[in-house]
Amino acid sequence: AEAAALRERLRAVRHTVLVLSGKGGVGKSTFSALLAHGLAADQAKQVALLDIDICGPSIPKMMGLEGEQVHQSGSGWSPVYVEENLGVMSVGFLLSSPDDAVIWRGPKKNGLIKQFIRDVDWGEIDYLIVDTPPGTSDEHLSIVQYLGAAHIDGAVIITTPQEVSLQDVRKEINFCHKVKLPVIGVVENMSGFICPKCKNESQIFPPTTGGAEKMCQNLNVSLLGKVPLDPQIGKSCDKGQSFLSEAPESPATLSYRNIIQRIQEYCDQHHFQEEKII
Amino acid sequence: LFSFLPESSNLAGVRHILLVLSGKGGVGKSTISTELALSLRHSGKKVGILDVDLCGPSIPRMFRVQDNDVHQCDSGWVPVFVDQDKSISLMSIGFLLEKPDDAVVWRGPKKNALIKQFVADVAWGDLDFLIVDTPPGTSDEHISTVEALRPYKPLGAILVTTPQAVSVGDVRRELTFCKKTGLRVLGIVENMSGFVCPHCSECTNIFSKGGGEELAKHAGVPFLGCVPLDPQLSQSLEEGRDFIQEFPKSSAFPALARIAQQILDGTSQRSS
Repeated sequence: AEAAALRERLRAVRHTVLVLSGKGGVGKSTFSALLAHGLAADQAKQVALLDIDICGPSIPKMMGLEGEQVHQSGSGWSPVYVEENLGVMSVGFLLSSPDDAVIWRGPKKNGLIKQFIRDVDWGEIDYLIVDTPPGTSDEHLSIVQYLGAAHIDGAVIITTPQEVSLQDVRKEINFCHKVKLPVIGVVENMSGFICPKCKNESQIFPPTTGGAEKMCQNLNVSLLGKVPLDPQIGKSCDKGQSFLSEAPESPATLSYRNIIQRIQEYCDQHHFQEEKII
Repeated sequence: LFSFLPESSNLAGVRHILLVLSGKGGVGKSTISTELALSLRHSGKKVGILDVDLCGPSIPRMFRVQDNDVHQCDSGWVPVFVDQDKSISLMSIGFLLEKPDDAVVWRGPKKNALIKQFVADVAWGDLDFLIVDTPPGTSDEHISTVEALRPYKPLGAILVTTPQAVSVGDVRRELTFCKKTGLRVLGIVENMSGFVCPHCSECTNIFSKGGGEELAKHAGVPFLGCVPLDPQLSQSLEEGRDFIQEFPKSSAFPALARIAQQILDGTSQRSS
């Protein structure tokens, strides 16, 4: 009966993309937020952003929705809407103060994630983007399990260039293989910094072992793109604005847009192949 | 619940235990743990690092011992020494994995069991400091670690953040965790605080500035300092080198040395 309830909710979801990384702080939430904005730019598409980072929910702030609360209705929990076609859900909306800590062990976190899938009334959606915490633990196992009723198009894996990140990201790719989650591709974030004054490039997070490019070659996954550091990215996140709109000319924006397009193409192709099989 | 006396346990010879925490991932917990250990070693102290990040263990590589194995002795596991002097010893799940790319895909209860073992069964011997490096968050690893360490009265926790609001937001929750679990906050470190271009010396606040200091003020806890972004530090960590010894002129060095000094000053005050 539980499985049926999950299946019912997920029937109206056309595409699901998970944003993962073994490593913390590489830009998963930043990317999830921008992917959501990017896809929702097409008014005809309905986009949902689900934040399952229970301990460190960054999405409300990044989407300019801090302080918003979740409302219940007859059909379930209402997501919080940024735009008419872009709805968001996060544990952040269930906390009453920015100091509130969610100090929960695994089983309780899993329970909330199940509720997020079962009880949120998303309506019909074209894209469900799921932002995750770093690691390969309860949240990741649970989301793959609960979304099993729907079909997950795949995972986008975020990394930064240095080996200390790549060593965790290889584990994440390994996790995806274990749970049979297709890897759409890898995004290398914080890939170089151009000094605004002298325009010289510095590798603040040096790709000492060949960066994401080498790793992708070795593991036979796609490199979706590289995004350089831009101080405006952090600022936009803090202000809750879309970096893509705030800094349309930035090389980072161009990179992000290309990556988003590739993800869209992957999803469309996938859907087409599925229909062919049917 | 505790069937052994703290006095006869593997932590009996450890003088001070401190945790390095953050609500946020990727802010530099393992980096700060590593640099603090190196600084304390250069002050003549014997240091251990217990890495309880089971999904993303970063510590072994930062000391270039990622290929080492762990051996058993009568009192438990022998920690991995990073050099001949045996002045720094480490324990991490990284040493227990057959292949470095193996994912540890465990739910909470299994993680909790290993953490209890890590706290009780590593034969540290005599240490001046045991630094406990943690994963981001306020969940199983953190609850279990604090519970297991409670009989040994840890010195407290250092909280690491980066300057921008999105990080500070998570670290505020970590402060609440410390309050609720009775863990003293030794102070806040603001990492990745500004980048000085090595070509033209222009300073850019890539991840903003000031959030960590403001948070310390707001929360009434000590502010331990700002550590700038430093490609030499990143490089040093990638190669498992001794940054404190090899790069004393680097931009991050003074801040890292100051953090260690404040910890040392804190412990000498405590004993007197």
